[in-house]
Amino acid sequence: MMTFRRKYEERFFRALSFLFTAIIVFVLVQIIWTVVKKGFPSLSWQMITQEPKGGFYFGKDGGILNAIAGSFYLAVCSTILAFVISLPVALFMNIYLIRYQRLLIGIRFFLDVLWGVPSIVYGAFGFTLLMYLGYKNSLGAGIITVAAMITPIMIRAMDEVLKTIPIGLQEASYALGSTKTETAYKVFFREALPGFATAILLAFGRGIGDAASVLFTAGYTDHIPHGFSEPTATLPLAIFFQLSSPIEEVQNRAYAAAVILTVIVLVLSVSARLIKMKK
Amino acid sequence: MSTQIETLLKSNLTTTVVHNNIPVVEIDKVNVYSKGHHILKNVSTIIPKNKITVLLGPSGCGKTTLLKCLNRLTDLYPDLKVSGSIRIDGDNIFDAHKDITAIRQKMGLLLQRPYPLPMSIYDNIAYGLKLKGIRNKKIISAKVEKHLKEVALWDEVKDRLKTSAQRLSIGQQQRLCLARGLAVEPEIILADEPSSALDPISSRVIEEEFIKLKSGYTIILVTHILRQAKRLADNVIFMYYGEIIESGPAQQVFENPQSEILKEYLRVGH
Repeated sequence: MMTFRRKYEERFFRALSFLFTAIIVFVLVQIIWTVVKKGFPSLSWQMITQEPKGGFYFGKDGGILNAIAGSFYLAVCSTILAFVISLPVALFMNIYLIRYQRLLIGIRFFLDVLWGVPSIVYGAFGFTLLMYLGYKNSLGAGIITVAAMITPIMIRAMDEVLKTIPIGLQEASYALGSTKTETAYKVFFREALPGFATAILLAFGRGIGDAASVLFTAGYTDHIPHGFSEPTATLPLAIFFQLSSPIEEVQNRAYAAAVILTVIVLVLSVSARLIKMKK
Repeated sequence: MSTQIETLLKSNLTTTVVHNNIPVVEIDKVNVYSKGHHILKNVSTIIPKNKITVLLGPSGCGKTTLLKCLNRLTDLYPDLKVSGSIRIDGDNIFDAHKDITAIRQKMGLLLQRPYPLPMSIYDNIAYGLKLKGIRNKKIISAKVEKHLKEVALWDEVKDRLKTSAQRLSIGQQQRLCLARGLAVEPEIILADEPSSALDPISSRVIEEEFIKLKSGYTIILVTHILRQAKRLADNVIFMYYGEIIESGPAQQVFENPQSEILKEYLRVGH
């Protein structure tokens, strides 16, 4: 039988857990609500189809097409670059290094640390590299920096998918006479494909939403870049720069950018989850 | 008989003759350790050609480990330390210079539950053929049909060869895995409790397949089900705690057990 004290304890901690859960949900809803409330009225056809006119900081007309296009170029290219690097690494870890569990633990720890490194550090690293090579702020430099930031995320996400593949499938593949490379790219790759899609979306979401890594490396401009060596605007920096403007129309562009970015990230995480569930 | 011995000598095989059968697999002083545990203790035995050899014993006695030594799947497990020698057709498979993929293609493998490759039914069988360098589509299609018929699956899947193999029922998947193994033309079939995840009808189909196949293949079957062993075995190896306790022709082992532990095992019938 429950004593009075245990009953009281149970109720108290249940109430406490409920309270904190409610606070978290409330804060999240508030953030999204604020962004939508301030940004939604500014969303217009002009906003998403035009570059800013008269300078992004002072000009009252135009939209944020430069930032939308720039962010997509940047995120798509850096995700492709990161994928090309991550795929062989993740497969190597789970096919070739499977006998070296201690080394694997070390590599996973190292990647987790890289995952946790603040993006401004990647930004600083990218900037240093730029200075050293004598390049200027550009789309290309931003792509390399963001790719460096999201590669550890993608490798670890793919690694987690590959870890769940039953050893029986590996045995079956080897028993048919496959080499390790054939097992990796013909069997494991296909088996893990839905999970890889989740990993790619996760990394893409992280890449498109990050401000600090592109702050020093991609620059900012009113125009859509026409090459890797031109600077580019991005949505996070569109928010950062335009929100600090004294002009209301410019501030509204920042809120519109925030809405678009939030929607993109929400859609990405929901679809990542849907793919996972379907699997 | 004399011509048989002559060919044996010519083919440079060891001339040990067990129950008047040519050995295909000779296991010599195999020891396996895992994290300090001695899993297989100095195991030596011979497995004769074109017979069903059953590895019998309670769970955890090392049957599966011994089976996995035969095609060196033990390589996949970092904790396993293997020593000794296993000769298949006279070649030591632990020889570092041997092409392990070629050795593995001599053996088809059936696991406790089926693991179809993540591709279509057709491609599951074509996969091994392509690894062998067969590119001709007509030959591949013909072999796909032949081996699916061999495992009595053709009629059930002939209209949906291009659909994912993972959508088949588990019994169909296991038969597909058998067909996939047969397609690479192995000499030996390794089966690790292949019917343990199957319903009685599917497991009966697999058992019937084994009886049909033994004229062309050497079958090594791991099981802990005594009745299954009695139905199928020509030759029995009884294992307990990593050691071979008794081995020999099925009739001799089942009707005239020597050791107390085997007598006990046969009595409990488990």
